[in-house]
Amino acid sequence: MGVLKVEDLKAYYMTDIYGIKRTVRAVDGVSLDINENEIFGIAGESSCGKTTLIKVLSGMVIPPLTVISGKVLYNFKDENINILSLDKDELRKTRWEKISYIMQGSMSVLNPVRKIYKTFQDFVEAHQKITKKKDFMRKVRSHLEKLGLPREVLKAYPHHLSGGMRQRVVIALATIFRPNVIIADEPTTAVDVVVQRGVLQMLKEIQEEQKNTIILVTHDMAVHANIANRVAIMYAGRIVEEGRTKDIFESPMHPYTRYLIASLPMIGDKSDKVNIPGAPPNLANLPEGCGFHPRCPYAMDICREKVPPLIENEDGRRVACFKGRDCGK
Amino acid sequence: MISVIIKDLYRYDRRFRFAFIVLMGIVILSILSLFSPYDPSSSYQVPVNYPPSVKYIFGTNSRGQDIFWMMTFAIRNSLLFGISTALLSRVISIFVGLTAGYKGGVTDRILMSINDSFIVIPLLPLLILFSFMFKDRMNLLFLSVVMACFGWPWDARLIRSQVLSLKEREFTRTAVYSGMKALSITWREHLPFVMPIVFATTINNMLWSMGLEVTLAVLGLSHINTPTIGTTIYWVNQHHAFTAGIWWWIVAPIVISIFLFVGLYQLFVSLNKYIDPRTRLLRIGG
Amino acid sequence: MRHPFLKYFLQRVVQCLLVIFIGITITFIIPRLAPTDPVESAIARANMLGQYTHPETVDKIRKALTELYGLEGGIFEQYVNFWKRLLKGDLGPSYSSFPTPVMDLIRKSLPWTAGLLIISGLIAWVLGNILGGLAGYFIQRRWARIMGVFAMATRPIPYYIMAFIILILLAYLFPVFPISGSLDIGLKFSFRWKFISSLLKHAFLPALSLVIVGAGAWFLGMETLVSNILGEDYVAYAETAGVADGKILFRYVMRNALLPQVTGLALQLGLIFSGALITEYVFSYPGLGYLSYNAIILGDYGVIMGVTIFSIIGVALAVLIIDLIYPLFDPRVRHE
Repeated sequence: MGVLKVEDLKAYYMTDIYGIKRTVRAVDGVSLDINENEIFGIAGESSCGKTTLIKVLSGMVIPPLTVISGKVLYNFKDENINILSLDKDELRKTRWEKISYIMQGSMSVLNPVRKIYKTFQDFVEAHQKITKKKDFMRKVRSHLEKLGLPREVLKAYPHHLSGGMRQRVVIALATIFRPNVIIADEPTTAVDVVVQRGVLQMLKEIQEEQKNTIILVTHDMAVHANIANRVAIMYAGRIVEEGRTKDIFESPMHPYTRYLIASLPMIGDKSDKVNIPGAPPNLANLPEGCGFHPRCPYAMDICREKVPPLIENEDGRRVACFKGRDCGK
Repeated sequence: MISVIIKDLYRYDRRFRFAFIVLMGIVILSILSLFSPYDPSSSYQVPVNYPPSVKYIFGTNSRGQDIFWMMTFAIRNSLLFGISTALLSRVISIFVGLTAGYKGGVTDRILMSINDSFIVIPLLPLLILFSFMFKDRMNLLFLSVVMACFGWPWDARLIRSQVLSLKEREFTRTAVYSGMKALSITWREHLPFVMPIVFATTINNMLWSMGLEVTLAVLGLSHINTPTIGTTIYWVNQHHAFTAGIWWWIVAPIVISIFLFVGLYQLFVSLNKYIDPRTRLLRIGG
Repeated sequence: MRHPFLKYFLQRVVQCLLVIFIGITITFIIPRLAPTDPVESAIARANMLGQYTHPETVDKIRKALTELYGLEGGIFEQYVNFWKRLLKGDLGPSYSSFPTPVMDLIRKSLPWTAGLLIISGLIAWVLGNILGGLAGYFIQRRWARIMGVFAMATRPIPYYIMAFIILILLAYLFPVFPISGSLDIGLKFSFRWKFISSLLKHAFLPALSLVIVGAGAWFLGMETLVSNILGEDYVAYAETAGVADGKILFRYVMRNALLPQVTGLALQLGLIFSGALITEYVFSYPGLGYLSYNAIILGDYGVIMGVTIFSIIGVALAVLIIDLIYPLFDPRVRHE
C-alpha cells in the first residue's frame, strides 16, 4: 500500500538581491512511491537537493523556496492529503500527528532555556489539550522508558544531556503521537559511531512496533545498508536510481551509485578508494541533459542533451539512464 | 572598487540613497565654510537677531553673527572632530582587538577585562571632571584625543570576535601573532575581512563622539569660541534664545544635527547590512 | 570548580572591583595632571569677590584647603589617603556650600537620579524589547515597519538634543508639562495624590526623553536578534511540530533573545547614566546631573570629584547586580 506518492516534483529557490537574480533548482523532477510499513532511504551527497525535498514533503515551503510543479500526495487509512494544498491550520494538525520530522543536528534542535518536559508539553499541547498534568507526565515517562531513556531526562535542560541522549529525545519527541510517516533527516550524522548504532536500533524498533513508514535521508550509505528496506539515490535534484536495498548493494547500476558504495570502508578490503572525478553539481547552474554526465565515464551524446527518464525494470528497480539495463557498462 | 560598491548600494538600497544624499548635503555645507565672508571667531558683524531673509538665509543671532555661515563652520568642525576621534580611537581598538584575538589565552582575558571596565565606566562625569580641570587648555583637538582614549572598547570587542572567527578558518594551531610571517598573513588574508568592520565601527564612533561633544559643549565644557554644533547650542542657551523668541537660532543647529545624526546612522545600518556575510553570499554569483 | 555558579559569581565580583579600581584611579590622576590647582583657583575666586585677606590667613586657608582636598604629601601618599577616605565614605566638603560634605549633597540628589534612571531605564528596556520582539517576528506587517522607521530616527539622536526638543515642544510651545524642577514649590513629601501627581508631572518629560531614545535602541537590537533567532534550529523545529505562534514568540524566540539584551543592559548602563545626567540638566531636575552643572558654574571642585567617584562606584555596582541576575535568565550558567 502506498502511503506517499510524489509526482514529478519541481521546487526551486528564487532570489533577487541587489539586482542579481538567482534560481537554484534544488528538486528538479522527482517522482517517488513509498509504501506503508517500510523504511525508505534517500541517499546522496550534500547539495543534491535532499534537504529541500524533505522540506517540501513535510509541507515547509517558505520563500525563497517555491514549488514550481508536481504533487505530493499522502494516503492514510482514513484520508488522502495533498500536503501542498493545506492551509496553515490543517498543516499544523497533520504535522506531528500524521507526519513527523526528526531534524538534523541534535545539538541545537531543543530550546536551550526550556526543560525537556516543557518542550514535550509544548509539542503535545499544539495538538491536544492537556487536562491532567499527572496523566500527561506519566504517558511521556512511559514513552521515554520504552525507548530506553531514563526519566531524569525530563527535568533536565538540553545542555545537561549528551549528544546521543539529545538525539534520542528528539526521536521520542517525533514519535509521541505515533505518526504514520516519520521523516528522519541525517539522524546519525552528529553523533559518534557507538551512539549511531543505538539510534538506528531505536528507529528500527519503533518501526517494527508501530508499523509505520520511516523516510530516512542520509548521505551515509552504511546507514541505508543497515536498516533501509528500499533506497533511492539522489543527484543534482533528481532520482538516479531506486530499488530494494539488497539489490542496490549487490548489483548497483548507475555509475554514481557504484561510486557511493565503493567509497564505503569494508573490513578486509585494502584496495585504494577511488574519488569520483569532477566536482559536485552547482544547483544554480545545472548542465543540460543528464545531471551526471560531466562526471560519467560512459556518457553518450544524448546524455548531454536530454534528461534521462526514470525507467522501471521487472524486478522493481528504477534507473535514470539512457542505457537502461546496461547502465554502467 | 569603492565606486562600484557605492553605485550598487545607491541603486538598490533606499536607506543608503537617503543617507548618501543627506550626508552629501551636509558635507557640501561644511565645504562652503571655506568661502565664508565672515570670520567665525568674531562677533557683532551683522545686525542682531534678524529673522531669516533673502540676505541672511538662516537669520542672525544675538551675537551679531550670520547663522548660515556660522553653521557651515559648526558643521565642518563637528565633522572634523568626529572623524579625528574615530580615527584615533581606531588605532587603539584595532591594536587591542587584534592582539586579544590572535594571542588568546591569558592576554586575551586580561585585555578583555580592561576593555569591559572601560565600557562600564560612565564617561560623562569623567569628562566633566576633565574639562573642568583643563578649562583653559581645552580645545577641540585635545578633547578629541581624550575621547579617543575612551572610545575604543566597544569596537575592540567587535574586531576581536571577527579575528576569532577568522582564526578558526585560516590558521592552524601553530600560527601565533608574532613575527613577520604571521603579520603578512594578517595583512594579506585577514585584513579584507577586518577592514569593513573597522569602517562600520568608525561611523558608529563618530556618532558617539559628536553626540558627546554636543553634551559637553552645552555644559560649557568645550572650547566655546570654536563654532561647533554643540557650542552653537551653548550660546543659544546663554542668550536665552527661546524666551527671547529667536527661534531660528535654535532651529538651525537642531535640524542640522538631526539630519547629521540620522543620516550617519542610516549609512551605518546599510553598510552593516551590505557587509553581513549572508547578504554577501547572495550577491556573489550573478 | 564544583559549582559553575560560584565561579561565575566570583568572576563578576572581581570584574566589578576592577572597574572601580581603574575608574577611581583615573579620577585620582586627572586633577593631578591639570594645570589648574584647585586650591589656588578657589583662593583666586574668593579674592575676586573683592575681599582683602591677610597673607597669613591666606596661607592658613591654603593649608586647610589642601588638606581638605587631599592634596598634601607625595603622589603615592595622596593615593593611599584617597582610598582611605573613600572607604570611610568621606568625599570631602563642598566648596560652594562650605562646609556641607559632598556626600550630603549627593545623598539629597541621589534619589531623584536613581528614581528617574531606574524607572525610565526599565520602561525603555521592557518596552523596546517587547515591541522589538513583536516587530522582528511579524516583520512583514506594516506597523512593524513603521515602528522600525521611527526607532531608526530616534535612536541616533543624542540624549541632550532629544531632551531639548521635548522641552521646547511639550513645555514651551504646547505647555502641557512643567518646564523645570521636580515638584511644585512648597510641597512636602507624603503619599497623598497631590504630592504624587506633582511628582509625576515633573518627572514625566525627563523620563519621556530618556525612554524615547532608549526604547529606540533596544527596539532595533531586539528586532535584529529576533530575526537571527528565527533562523535557529530549535525555532524551526517547534514550528514544524505546530507549536502555536504565541508560544514560539515568547517561550522560544524572545526568551532566548533576552539573554544578550540583559548583558547589553549591563554594558550600556554607563551611557544611559550619562544620558540621565544631561537630561536632568535640561529640565532642571534636581538629581546628580543638575548638581554637577551647578558645581561647574560655581567652580566646586569637591562636588565634581565626588559625583564622579560616586557615579563610577554606583554604575559598577548596578552592573554587578545585573550580572548576578543574568543566571536567572540563562540556565546554562546556573547549576549542575
